Amino acid sequence: MKDITSAIQIIPLEHYILLCVTLFSIGLLGILFRRNTIIILMSIELMLNSVNLLVAAFSAYHSDPAGQVFVFFIMIVAAAEVAVGLSILVMMKRNVDSVDINLLNRLKW
Amino acid sequence: MVFLFYLLSAVMVISGLFVVFSRSPINSVLSLIVCFIAMAGHYILLNSQFLAVVHLIVYTGAIMVLFLFVIMLLNLNRATIPQKTSMTRVAAVVAGGLFFLVMVAATRLTFEIHPRYPFSSKIGLVSEVGKALFHEFLLPFEVSSVLFISAMIGAMIFGKKDKESLPQPPPKEGA
Repeated sequence: MKDITSAIQIIPLEHYILLCVTLFSIGLLGILFRRNTIIILMSIELMLNSVNLLVAAFSAYHSDPAGQVFVFFIMIVAAAEVAVGLSILVMMKRNVDSVDINLLNRLKW
Repeated sequence: MVFLFYLLSAVMVISGLFVVFSRSPINSVLSLIVCFIAMAGHYILLNSQFLAVVHLIVYTGAIMVLFLFVIMLLNLNRATIPQKTSMTRVAAVVAGGLFFLVMVAATRLTFEIHPRYPFSSKIGLVSEVGKALFHEFLLPFEVSSVLFISAMIGAMIFGKKDKESLPQPPPKEGA
C-alpha cells in the first residue's frame, strides 16, 4: 500500500496525460481505419476507457473523490452504449447480412 | 513501481494497436481484454481499488464477453469485409497522428496544477467512493438506473425479430 501511494507521487501527471492521449488517438485511428462495425465499437470502448483512466489519474492527484464517481458513471453509460450498439449490430447482420459500416450510408448527404 | 507504470503503459499501447490492426475480430477482442487488464493494473497503481475491481468485472467480465458472444453467434470471424482504399487508410493514419500531435502540443502548454485538497491516499478506497456516491451524487446515481433500464429495453426491442420475418403458423382447417 505504501509503495503504491508513493508511485502516485513519483510519476508525473504529464505521463498519464501522454498515455491517455496515445490511447485516445489509437481509438480514433481505429474508427477511421476499419470498416468492420464491431472493431469500430471496440475502438469507441478504447477511447472511453482512456478518458476514464485520465479522470481517475486527475482524481488521485488532486485527492478529490468526485473524479472516481465520474469514472463510475462513465462506465455505466459505456455499458448501456455497448448493449444498444451490439443489438444494432445484430439487427444489421440480420437485415443486410454484413457488418460493413459502408452499407449504412442512407443518412449520408 | 515506476517500472511497473511504464510496463503497463507499453502493454496497453501495443495491445491497443493490435485491436486496430489485427485481421480477425476475435484477436481484436482478446487484445482489448489484455488492454483492459493492464488498465486495471493502472487503477491499482493509482490506489483506486474500487475502480479497479469494477473495471475488471464490468469490462473484462461483462462487456468483452458480450462482444465475444456476438462474434461467435453471428459467425463474424471470417474476414469477408474488404479494407478501405489505401488512400483512405493513409488519410486515417495522418488524421490520427495529427490529432495526437495537437493534443501533445496542447498538454505542453498546460500550466502547473495545484491540488485543491491536501494529498490523501484514501480517496480510491471503497468507503470514500461510497460516501461521495451516496451523499453528493445520490440523484445522478438513481437517474442512471433509469438510463440503464431504458437502454436494456431498447436493446431487447432491437433484438426482437419482426413479425413478418417469423415463420407463419399454418392456416386453420375450418376457417
